[in-house]
Amino acid sequence: MQNLNRRQFLAASAATAFGFSLKAATSTARGLKIARTNQVHSVCPYCAVGCGVVIHTSGENVRNVRPYVVHIEGDADSPINRGTLCSKGISLKEFVVNDRRLTKPLYRAAGASEWTEISWEDAIAKAARKIKDTRDKGFVEKDAQGRIVNRLDTLGMIGGCTDTNEINYLLGKFRFGLGILPYENQARL
Amino acid sequence: MTTVAKLIDTTLCIGCKACEVACQEWNEQEFTLGVFANTYQTLPDLAPNFWNLIKFNEEYKDGAQAWLMAKYQCMHCAEPGCLKACPSPGAIVQLPNGIVDFHQDNCIGCGYCITGCPFDVPRLSPTTKKVYKCSLCSDRVGAGLTPACIRTCPTNCLTFGARADLVQIANQRAVELKADGHKDAGVYDGPGVGGTNVIYVLKHASTPESYGLPKDPTIPWTVALWKGPLKWVANAAFIGTAVGAMLHYLKFGPKEVHGDKAD
Repeated sequence: MQNLNRRQFLAASAATAFGFSLKAATSTARGLKIARTNQVHSVCPYCAVGCGVVIHTSGENVRNVRPYVVHIEGDADSPINRGTLCSKGISLKEFVVNDRRLTKPLYRAAGASEWTEISWEDAIAKAARKIKDTRDKGFVEKDAQGRIVNRLDTLGMIGGCTDTNEINYLLGKFRFGLGILPYENQARL
Repeated sequence: MTTVAKLIDTTLCIGCKACEVACQEWNEQEFTLGVFANTYQTLPDLAPNFWNLIKFNEEYKDGAQAWLMAKYQCMHCAEPGCLKACPSPGAIVQLPNGIVDFHQDNCIGCGYCITGCPFDVPRLSPTTKKVYKCSLCSDRVGAGLTPACIRTCPTNCLTFGARADLVQIANQRAVELKADGHKDAGVYDGPGVGGTNVIYVLKHASTPESYGLPKDPTIPWTVALWKGPLKWVANAAFIGTAVGAMLHYLKFGPKEVHGDKAD
């Protein structure tokens, strides 16, 4: 625009005054933000329907990139939801990319009011210790009539709705191994 | 190019608001806190960062209450009032596939499109001074994908496809509803604006107002007059002024200064 000569200036003035546009007609669409993303198939973590989701992460698997989540939407190949998602599922990106998302185990000691971060090793060790102590204290070998029952009534187990058959098989073995009777899964919550 | 359209079968909407969230997710709009006014309408209206709203219209009849759900967004008219009113070239475009899209880079924020819209859809942002509305995900459609709201709809209330096909499906659905005892069922296709690329199937087709849809949407006469006859009157006046000034110069010559130069 700085190098406008008189003739060009007059042409531009006339075009502006009479309402002609010098620009070519716009018919292009906006750029697609998932045009070059990597797609990871996963399962929505919320309810027991278990809808398939596609997580779009930034493209180009080059050395200097740490991939980030671009978009999450329903998986068109999933026979469960065929690309659809509910209002909660479609907001999944806000769950994955969130400052308040828990990424480390938190521990609140008995009587304490604050949660403290602990390592996974400590968390698993603490959980194992509690399970062992509870089992040692509450294990019932024989019932009132003297029949062998080998059960544990003081522990319960709860499963997640996105667990696969394989995880559920292992959870079942774990439960029977300990003798736990009360169990529930998230499908009914 | 095939004209694409969105079909909204209001009888299948359960008010889950997934389309609202999908729209905000895809367009990366900030979530706003809702209000509570003793209805399910927690988000009361469209906003510059909220382009798709489910209206929870309540109907009371014979002592029973029913929902008249209506998805409220840009209708992508065949003859868009916004485009007619827009004075900034390239700010509002009608793509060959029928989508009416706003290009905020070219928007001058005059807000005339808001006056021109028969459906009261465009919203002016007080921060950016630009106008925003649903783009029918022109970026997704351009790449062969489904608009975000339609893709996510879990009840099949929304359908995307070629306009001609969807009109057929809509009419078929209206026939089904009539056979089910909904005598007033019908299709709403924005008759006053040359048809819209958002087609509704309504249970009460004779009273679209009960869904919050205008009964006879037309481009306001002020916009039609201003961008129609008045535009040519103004152009004629403008050219006439220039021609008159030139003729005056030819006949009387340059202005002569009489008397005291101090005047």
